[in-house]
Order: sequence, then structure tokens, then C-alpha cells
Amino acid sequence: MSDTATARAAEQPSLSIRNLSKAFGGVQAVNDVSFDLAKGELLALIGPNGAGKSTCFNMLNGQIRADSGSVRLAGEELIGRSPADIWRRGVGRTFQITATFPSMTVAENVAMVLMSQRRELFSLFRTAVHRHRDKALALLDLVGMAAQADRPCGVLSYGDLKRVELAVALGNEPRVLLMDEPTAGMAPRERIELMGLAARLVSDLGLSVLFTEHDMDIVFGHAGRIIVLSRGALIAEGTAQEIRSNPLVLKTYLGEGQIYGRAEG
Amino acid sequence: MLTIEKIHSYYGQAHILSDVSLSLSPGEIVVLIGRNGAGKSTTIKSIMGMVKVTQGSIRFGGDELFGEPPYRIARRGIGYVPEERRVFARLTIQENLEAGRQPPRDGAPRWQVDDLFDLFPNLAEARHRAAGTLSGGEQQMLTIARTLMGNPGCILLDEPSEGLAPVVVEQIIKVIQQIKGQSLPILLSEQNLYFASLVSDRAYVIETGRIRFSGTMRELEENAEIRQQYLAV
Amino acid sequence: MGVYLVQFLSGLASASALFLAASGLSIIFGVTRVVNFAHGSFYMLGAFFGYTFVREVGGGAIGFWVALLLAALAVGLVGLLVEFVILRRLYKAPELFQLIATFGVILIVQDAALWVWGPEDLLGPRAPGLTGIVRIFGTPMPVYDLVLIGVGPLVLAALWLLFNRTRWGILVRAATEDREMVGALGVNQSLLFTGAFVLGSMLAGLGGAIQLPKGGADLLMDFGILAEMFVVVVVGGMGSIFGAFLAAVLISLLNTFGILIWPSGTLVLMFILMAVILVVRPTGLLGRPESGGHKTEVGVEQALRPAGPHYKIFIGLLLALLLAAPLIVEEFYLVLITDVLVLALFATSLHFLMSTGGLVSFGHAAFYGGGAYAAALLVTYAATPFELALLLAPLGAGLLALVIGWFCVRLSGVYFAMLTLAFAQVAWSVVFQWSDLTNGDDGLLGIWPSAWASGTQVYYLLALAISAGGIFLIRRVVFAPFGYGLRATRDSNLRAAAIGIDIKRQQLAAFVFAGAMAGLAGGLFVFSKGSVFPDEMSIPRSFDALLMVLLGGVDSLSGPFVGAAAFTYLHDELITFEYWRLLLGLTIVALVLLFPQGLAGAAKHHLGRYLKLEAGSAGRAKQADEGRPA
Repeated sequence: MSDTATARAAEQPSLSIRNLSKAFGGVQAVNDVSFDLAKGELLALIGPNGAGKSTCFNMLNGQIRADSGSVRLAGEELIGRSPADIWRRGVGRTFQITATFPSMTVAENVAMVLMSQRRELFSLFRTAVHRHRDKALALLDLVGMAAQADRPCGVLSYGDLKRVELAVALGNEPRVLLMDEPTAGMAPRERIELMGLAARLVSDLGLSVLFTEHDMDIVFGHAGRIIVLSRGALIAEGTAQEIRSNPLVLKTYLGEGQIYGRAEG
Repeated sequence: MLTIEKIHSYYGQAHILSDVSLSLSPGEIVVLIGRNGAGKSTTIKSIMGMVKVTQGSIRFGGDELFGEPPYRIARRGIGYVPEERRVFARLTIQENLEAGRQPPRDGAPRWQVDDLFDLFPNLAEARHRAAGTLSGGEQQMLTIARTLMGNPGCILLDEPSEGLAPVVVEQIIKVIQQIKGQSLPILLSEQNLYFASLVSDRAYVIETGRIRFSGTMRELEENAEIRQQYLAV
Repeated sequence: MGVYLVQFLSGLASASALFLAASGLSIIFGVTRVVNFAHGSFYMLGAFFGYTFVREVGGGAIGFWVALLLAALAVGLVGLLVEFVILRRLYKAPELFQLIATFGVILIVQDAALWVWGPEDLLGPRAPGLTGIVRIFGTPMPVYDLVLIGVGPLVLAALWLLFNRTRWGILVRAATEDREMVGALGVNQSLLFTGAFVLGSMLAGLGGAIQLPKGGADLLMDFGILAEMFVVVVVGGMGSIFGAFLAAVLISLLNTFGILIWPSGTLVLMFILMAVILVVRPTGLLGRPESGGHKTEVGVEQALRPAGPHYKIFIGLLLALLLAAPLIVEEFYLVLITDVLVLALFATSLHFLMSTGGLVSFGHAAFYGGGAYAAALLVTYAATPFELALLLAPLGAGLLALVIGWFCVRLSGVYFAMLTLAFAQVAWSVVFQWSDLTNGDDGLLGIWPSAWASGTQVYYLLALAISAGGIFLIRRVVFAPFGYGLRATRDSNLRAAAIGIDIKRQQLAAFVFAGAMAGLAGGLFVFSKGSVFPDEMSIPRSFDALLMVLLGGVDSLSGPFVGAAAFTYLHDELITFEYWRLLLGLTIVALVLLFPQGLAGAAKHHLGRYLKLEAGSAGRAKQADEGRPA
């Protein structure tokens, strides 16, 4: 695992983050963070609450403007671009608390992305009712939600909503996917299934995934590489084994290991 | 001391809880465990009068709470620690505690601001900071402290470990054990079986709004079938 | 030198009354989440009560100030009554209902004040002992103004102490963030709400009372101050008392200096100031971004589904009946139905904005009247033919909507609503005051259609064609990719932005489209009546539209038509009474109280089940917590 991870990192990275910083009213939320997301990699970003993970994510997709630093997507600078622009260039994202359109069906939720991608949203006269349905169904099939395509999103179970979000994020054929606590609020088996799905997408579609997560069993079981933030700074980077034995990470984040890891010991 | 009998609860038109019964005895920690959407938070909010309960009975220390508004239920001595923390972000820590203050009541431990600052030294250092600037773990501590300011006779703790770093969850476990040391009973809602097993005496498993299992924590840990079926572990 | 200094001080003096009223509005909104439209009425009542109390007890210097405090107290009692009888029952109802109810209170207060104090403007009593003037560098300055300057900061300091040093104040601030949580901590929310409402009302009353010696009391004070208060609250930053103070000072200074520099353009100056501040700081001077995703809930958020077969038959029958009307009913009724058709298009355009866009506009009449004035001005000054003028009416209204919307879509929820109202009031004032162009209150007359369309029957059919066509067009847009994109911005800002939707642009386009459609209705209106008056742009007219949306079915094509019909009927029945506003206000309040879940909602529930319309009303409870910060 360790060798392939380093080998991949040596290639041209998908996303290259250098010296990223952001302060809010005097508090340094993210401080001089640099790392690479390799092509076809599942990279976990972990750290205590308030360590700057969300701020980091929001800077990567343009929702927050970085004070300084650089984010390059295959060589192209992203800092200073709008979220919509960054999305068009191939950075998709899922949210910690699911964000879908509850008044639309599952298929319509996915079709929305396709309409937006094709710049059809100012079309006034065509009907949108079954627009891009085939493509939407194909995407839903990918995440195992095709059977529920015509249910309103507002009535889905939490785990299913997460899958819909994934299909929505894939609608734009992203090169990089940012997943903010993808398994939060799910049962253990659902968590494993969802991360299995993500891993499959990474290998089948050549995606690069950066995700945050508090479930250490998921992080250690699925991430190829792990980076750790604490108080806005990168304090460790490495494989699961390296991270688990890093004393600084144990002190600031992992603790005594009481509440994870029994599944695999 | 807290007894819930056969309650049915609704969110708008949706029937969320059916026939839920459970009880909590003095000094004990009981976990209500189930996956997201199973009805854990709804059960806790039903006790607090925050969702519509159409039938059944909720009794605490001889008082019937069914149909009472939340503030009266809180004044009867039920302390509620909500999920997602819900601190008053623009108020300072001290003001958050002040907002939770209620007169002391018989038979329940009494808490002063200083006691709470002893229990949560991190909060003491930051007492004049706005709660919104605290980390997630500190906010969770603050909501627990704020509830204790009401000198409750029992505590409802809704998903305290959700979204928190492992090291913070370990701190919360210590706090829960200290509160238990004051013989304050706690009803805990939780998804994380590890967390639950470290602090709880008894467990109820809930799924699609019905209680599916009730027993000691050890019985649950030994019952692989129930865990597989309802907790997907 | 002296002139400017005096002008400056006089601006500070007017700021006090404005600040008092605006801070009251802010406090009430913060705690109860109700935008109290009747707040301007409370301010007006403060002035009237003050007038009476000063005459009764205000003999000496002490008596005068006691009288002002009594006036504030009396308004507080009125606030208590309003909160206790009306609002308390509506806290859980959709916001639209609360607003409509407070609008009902405005109407009731207007007629009550007319009945008690009569239609004449009342000259304010002068404050005993403070009637003199001082000379500042030779320029005279009323002593009372100097006293007023002190009142604002004094009240500001008192409020600061109240909110930061007392338990009640802390609880109020806590409730402003999360009222449910405050209840769960054992605090009786009802008492807290009532207290905040009474405090806010008293501040408005005091504001109205202290300006008596300067401005007196009249029946137009309520809407005048309302728009100014909204501007103050939006510019100062919602929920910030300091911000409100700053904004009140800024706006008052602008007004007083504006009169020196550009006497007829003070409103335009205010408009520019507000615009600049909102572009630089969308949350206002001292405002913070709303924590959490507070959205205006209008109660009409369900998904729209394409019409089922039964429904299509129903619409077909309705259209057939309307087409046949000239054969069936007398001309008198045709005129009435023409009114209904015009209003139906107006209401549908607002309904589109509210339901599909989640954008509640309180100033939609600006575009209805805007369209009417566009057509009337073209006819009056450019001798434009009827057909072209009717075509250009939506264009004019659309342009106005583009300018106003460009600012408004920067805000969301209730701030958006307040800003639309403030802009609409500015538009109304321009029309009202620029009498060289618009004839002011006398209106523009003689705006008739071409000969071929001037018969009642022909014009009726024309109105039917245009109104029905407009409504179908709106519906078409709802189901087009544009409408879907708009709904996406309403459902989830977060997700919409993440899939590359330019939210502001989508909303602005919708605002312009709805404005143009309202303008089309306005064009139809002006040619059916032959004249237009500033009333067509006024706040009450905007509320008429909201009321029609409330009365009509919200999910259906025929809804706004039903709403417009019900409204026209109600209006025609009541207008014959001297105190018709009182009756209309009472009716509105009664309707809202009897059907807090919505008249249309209740009717639709039963009718809809029968007509199988309930295809997809997707629940929204599930995502109520979306958008909370991580």
C-alpha cells in the first residue's frame, strides 16, 4: 500500500495544494497547508473539530477565498475562481449534511446537474419534466438508486440520500471529488458499502477522492493515504499504519483508541 | 423514575414512533441505540414535548408530562442535551450557562457555575468567549454544562459523539461517568456501539420507530442476531 | 458654517425617533421571527396617543414627558393585545400568514385612528420649557432638537444594558438564535415573546411620541416610517441595535443635507446610499451573516406537478365559461370579471416568484403600477398607439424589476422581502412627488385603448386572451429548465451553488420575468380604467397581491384566478362602508386566525383529493435542517 501510494504521488497529481492559508478575524483557520491528491487516490483528511478541515474543503471548491496559497487542478490555478467555475473544471463535492432538492424526484435531482452542465437553465419554453432522463438513470444505476428514481428526494432514507448526492456529484464527470464526512450518520454496514462504492468509482472512473471522516474504521480501512490537520496546520501525512503510531496524532486526535478499531483489531 | 409507556409520535402527518415504552431508574445510564432515522431523537424530543405525541404516557417522578409544553417539562427536572449541540453561538460561555440556570430542586444534585468550570476546565479559561468560536468538542461540553445549570433530575443526551474526534469522545465518556457518579440517571441516544458499551448499563434497540430489543448492555453485545439485523454491525 | 452645523444637529435629532422605531422592529423580529408590518402603525399611534395625553396631563414640563411615556405605555398595551389575540396563534404558521395578519392590523389601526382623531393632520404640542431656540454661529436651532439628540444614545445605552446585563436580556438574545432550545431549558417562551413584542411596540410608540413637537401626527405616518425603518434595519444589519442606530443617523443626515443640496431628490439619495452599502456589505453595516439557513417559509413550497387529466378538463371548462361570458352576463359584470382577470395575472406573477422561487416580494405592486405608468406615460407624452403601449408596459416594468432586483437578490428570506418593500415605497414616492411628469396624486387620465378594442366586450375578450396567455406562459416557464433551476435555488442554496447554478442570476431573471408579467397586468389595467394613480404602486396594493395568493389555491393554475375573484368580491362588498379598511382588516385577521394552515391549503386538500391533484407534494420536513453550518 505504502509503495503504490508513493508511486502514485510521484505522477502528475490531480490536485496540488501549496501553502494554503486562511484567517477569520485574527484566528488562523488554515495555516500554510500543502499536499497533493494523486490521480486515482482515495485520500483521507482527518483532524479534531475546528482543525480547519471544512475551511480547507471550502477553499478547494471556491466557496471561501483563500488568503494566500495555490490550488492547482492538473496544473490550472483554481484560487480566485467562483464555485461554479471550479465545478465546471471538474471538482465535484458532497456535503456533510446531505443537500438535495427535496421537491424534486431522485431522477430530477440528477437531471438538474445535467441541465446545469449543458447551460440550459435559461431555457424558458422547453419542458424539463423528463429531460436527460436516460443519462440520469444511468448515473443512478451506478450508485444503485435507479429503482427509486421517481420518488421525491424529500422522503428518502439518509443512506439513500447520500447515494443520490454521489450520483449528483458524478453528473458533471468530475476529475476530483471532495466528500465531506461521507458516512456521517450511517450504520456501520452502510458505511462500508458506501466507501466500497466510492473505491470502485475511483478505480473504474479514474477519479481522485479527498474525504474527511470521523469514523476511524472507515479511514483506516479505505483510505490509501491520510493527512492530519490540527489547529489549521498539517501535522502528519502517511499510511494508516504510520498515522496510527504517530504520537502527535494520538495526542491531538485519536486518543487512547477506545472507540474504534475493535472490528479489525 | 422516568417511565414512558406506549407513546405514538408524529412529525406533521408522518407517524414516527409506534408503541414505544422504556424506563430509566435512578443512577442508571440507558442507551437508546439505532441507526439514523430509526426514531432515537424523536423519542427524546417526545419526552421533551418537542414533537407531537398523540397517545401514551410519560411520567417522571410521579408527574405526568404528556401534553405539557417543553419549558414545563424542563422545569420538572428533565435536562435535555440536543443533538448537533445548539449552543447560543453569539452568547459567551458564561451567558450560555446563565440561559440554562434554573432553581435547585430536591433530590437532584446542585450545580454552580464554579462546579461546572471544575468539571470542564477548558470552558473556564474561555468563559468570556462567544460560544460560536469554540471547537466542536468544546461546544458539546458547553451544552452538557448548560443543561446541568438547570439542576436536572435526569438527563436526555442526544447523540453526543456524533461528528466528534475520537479524543473528544473519550473526554465525553469521562464526563458522563462523572455525572453518573452524582447518581444522575442518563438516557443516551447513540449510533456508536463502542461508545454505548463503554458507558451504558442497559440498552434499547430502536428501528423504524419501534423498540426491537431491550436488555442489559452485555446481553446486547452477546446477541449477534439483533446487532446484525438492526444495527448492521 | 452655522447652517451646516445646525443641519447636522437637526439630522441627529430626527435620527432618534427613527432609531427608536427601528430598534423595536429589530427586537421583535429577532425574538419572534415576525416582521411586524404594523410597526409603522404603532409609531403612528404613539404620535396620536402622545397628542391626546399631552393635552390631558401635559401641563408642565414634567407632565409633558410623563405624557410621552404614557403614550409609549399605551402603544405597549396595544402591542400586548395584538400579540396575545393574533400573533400568538400564528407563530407556527407560515410567515406569509403572520405578515398578512399584521397587515390586517395596519388597516384596523388606520380606521381606528381616523375614527378617534379625525382626518385632519394634528399639529404637535410644543414641549414646555423647551420651546426656545438657540443660535449656533447665528443660525437658529430649536432647543427641543438638542434634547432629542440625547434621547437616541440614551435609549441605545439602556438597551445595551438590558441585553447584556440582565438575565431577561440574555434569554432574549438566546431566543433570537434558537427559541426552541430556550424553551427546552425551562424558559417560558410565550412570556419572552410577549415581553419582546411589548418592548418593541413601546419603542415604536415612544419614537412616534417624541417627534410630536417636530412633526405632529397624521394618518400617513405609518407607511412612511415603515419603509424608512426597513431601510434602517437592512442598512444597519439585521439584529444589530448599534447598526440600527448608525443607519438611522446616516439616513437622517442624508435626508437633512439632501434637502439643502437637492430638495426633490432626497429619496433618490437614500436609494443610492442603500444600494452602495448593500453592494459593499450585503449584511449591512454591522450585520453578521445569518447563522444557519433561515429561509422565508411561505407555505407554498410543494413541488408542482404537470396537470392531471381531471384538472385539464376543469381548466377547459373554466375557460369555456369565461369565453362565453359576454353572451351570458351583463356588461357591468364583464367589467368586474375584467378586473378579476387583470388581478389574476398580477397575482400569478407574484405566486410564481413565491412558490417556484421562494422569493417573497412585498413590493410587487411597483411593477404592476410600473407597467401601468409606463403605458400611461407613453400615451401621454409620446402619443404611443395603444397596441404598442400595451406591449411596452411589461418591458418598462421588467426594466424597473432589473434595477430593483439587482440589489434585492443579494439578500435572502425576510431581508429580501423588506428590501423589495422599501424599493417599492421609493418608486411610489417618485411617482407621487414628481408631479411635473406624473401629475402626482391627480394621476394620468384619458388613457384609453384604440377604437377597435374600446367596447366592453372586446376589451374583456382581449384581457381574457392576454391574462390567460400570460398565466399559461408563466406555467410553461415553471416546468421549463429555467423553472427547475429556480426551484433548485429555492430548495437548497448549497447544492445549487455546488452544481454550478448562478443563484443570483437565476433569481434576478425570475424577478424580472415576474415583474414584466405584473407590468403586463398593469398595462391591461390602465387601459381598462382609462387612468392611473400612484395608489397602484403603493404598499397596500402589494399586499392585495399577497392576499390574493393567500386566498387562491397556491398549487394550481386556477388558484390566482380564484384568489383574485374572492378578493374582488370582498373588496366590492366592503368598499360601500365608511370604515371599509377596518372591516377588511378584521376579515383578514379572522381568515388567518380561522385557517392558520391556509385557506387555500385547506380547500385544496379536500378538492385536490377529489380531483387527484395530490400527485407529488414532496415533504420538506426531512430537509428542514439542511444548510446548518457544519
